[in-house]
Amino acid sequence: MEILNYAFMQRALLAAVLVGITAPAVGIYLVQRRQALMGDGIGHVAMTGVGLGFLLSWSPVWMATLVSVLGAVLMELIRWYGRTRGDIALAMLFYGGMAGGVMFINLAPTGSNANLTSYLFGSLSTVSESDVTAICLLAAFVVLVTLGLRRQLFAVSQDEEFARVTGLPVRALNLLTAVTAAVTVTVAMRVVGLLLVSALMVVPVAAAQQLSRSFAATFAIAVAIGVAVTLGGTVTSYYQDVPPGATIVLLTIAAFVLLTALATPLARRRARAVASAQPGADPTECRIPATRGAGDELGV
Amino acid sequence: MTESVIALRGVRAELGSRPVLRGIDLTVRRGEVVALLGANGSGKSTAVRSIIGQVPVAAGEIELFGTPRRRFRDWARVGYVPQRTTAAGGVPATVTEVVSSGRLSRARFGMLRKADHAAVRRALELVGMADRARDSVNALSGGQHQRVLIARALATEPELLIMDEPMAGVDLASQEVLAETLREQVAAGTTVLLVLHELGPLEPLIDRAVVLRDGCVLHDGPPPEAVGQHALPGHDHVHPHAPAGAEPIRTGLLS
Repeated sequence: MEILNYAFMQRALLAAVLVGITAPAVGIYLVQRRQALMGDGIGHVAMTGVGLGFLLSWSPVWMATLVSVLGAVLMELIRWYGRTRGDIALAMLFYGGMAGGVMFINLAPTGSNANLTSYLFGSLSTVSESDVTAICLLAAFVVLVTLGLRRQLFAVSQDEEFARVTGLPVRALNLLTAVTAAVTVTVAMRVVGLLLVSALMVVPVAAAQQLSRSFAATFAIAVAIGVAVTLGGTVTSYYQDVPPGATIVLLTIAAFVLLTALATPLARRRARAVASAQPGADPTECRIPATRGAGDELGV
Repeated sequence: MTESVIALRGVRAELGSRPVLRGIDLTVRRGEVVALLGANGSGKSTAVRSIIGQVPVAAGEIELFGTPRRRFRDWARVGYVPQRTTAAGGVPATVTEVVSSGRLSRARFGMLRKADHAAVRRALELVGMADRARDSVNALSGGQHQRVLIARALATEPELLIMDEPMAGVDLASQEVLAETLREQVAAGTTVLLVLHELGPLEPLIDRAVVLRDGCVLHDGPPPEAVGQHALPGHDHVHPHAPAGAEPIRTGLLS
């Protein structure tokens, strides 16, 4: 494997694996609470962080982390308080974040739109030593939260109202989910890019759902798919000289299509097995209640 | 007098700027089964959701087990069944996974021990869903979803059960299972507050009915009699205490 002889490829592959693990690990909770596009929004906001990083000559990765965490917290607050106008406020936050990024990077002495493109769509060859350190630390945080608090996050994402009555700190857990998603966005930023990061949070989870019945299995399969496509995409982009982010995302979607095609006949067979194992289980729902006359059925 | 498990005094609540509760008094004593009745929009769901802290209260006091709700932390004593048509989320989950989240109130740091898993199994047996424990909730019928939601509330082995329309969208077979489950809980001394659209098969269990209308308590006493034609779903119940000329209290399915 000559690919491993280059230091920049070693860094790229390490970053790719970490992205493959963390993006679906957070994404599953976002999909579960039906906020699949939240990652996309955070990605837009993170652009302001990248721009600020260039402008102030700080690390764009850490600056993006800071800004996207603030943005995610703001989104969560908007969700609490701005029920009716919430979506408009979120739209302004997203596009403001994007515009801010373009503006700051053009004001920066070292910045150019070429720099910006590498953050928007990912660029493996530019992953630096310090980027890798940051990515490792951030990924460790994400794994710790998504695995260590899986039962709490599952409960809150499944049914927020119920979770409140189990005494869980619902608001704190919602904030933690938002912050973890923001951190994941910056972990993935160098590899797949800010505009494509959300795909890696959502599509592996959607693909895993085709095969699984339980949350635990969905989690495991989604992470496996995530690692497979990020590694596969990185290697492909090295040999074929194609952009890594786009390659990874297209591979993920291919995995989804493939698993869906495989799983559909499987699900049909399973449904038939269930139906034959429980004869007469369903017809009770169609039985007309004995206390009602035929006339009552008309109005229902 | 027996200890009050739930106490609401002059509770007011608003959704947006619309007043939904306009000074509700409600007491549920230990061991009682109280039904909260009323038409759509009468505030019965909001009343229950204010008790659990999901809806902010504009004025008045709420106490749970004698503790002001703001300072109440002993949630393991409360089982809650929210108004839902499904137990599923955006990601597949098994019946056991969903019901286990009800046990978190008793688990320390989210770690489920042997006793917790046993409690989850018992809760599933109580609602007759033990054989579906490993199935995905997506594969269940409407009635079975409701049974899972109730098992989730029972997993904490609560002293107080709060249920918001547990019979909505439930097939007859499941209705009977749920009524039987509730009967066992009541026999074991559980206090129950139920939001209902109609009394239905739970009627024999209910000690007291509180009827809400436009955010006010209209009736608090024995459950309104419903016999013969009146017991049919879809019947508009005209309450004897209602002021003359008032609209009938619509507790039926068709209102």
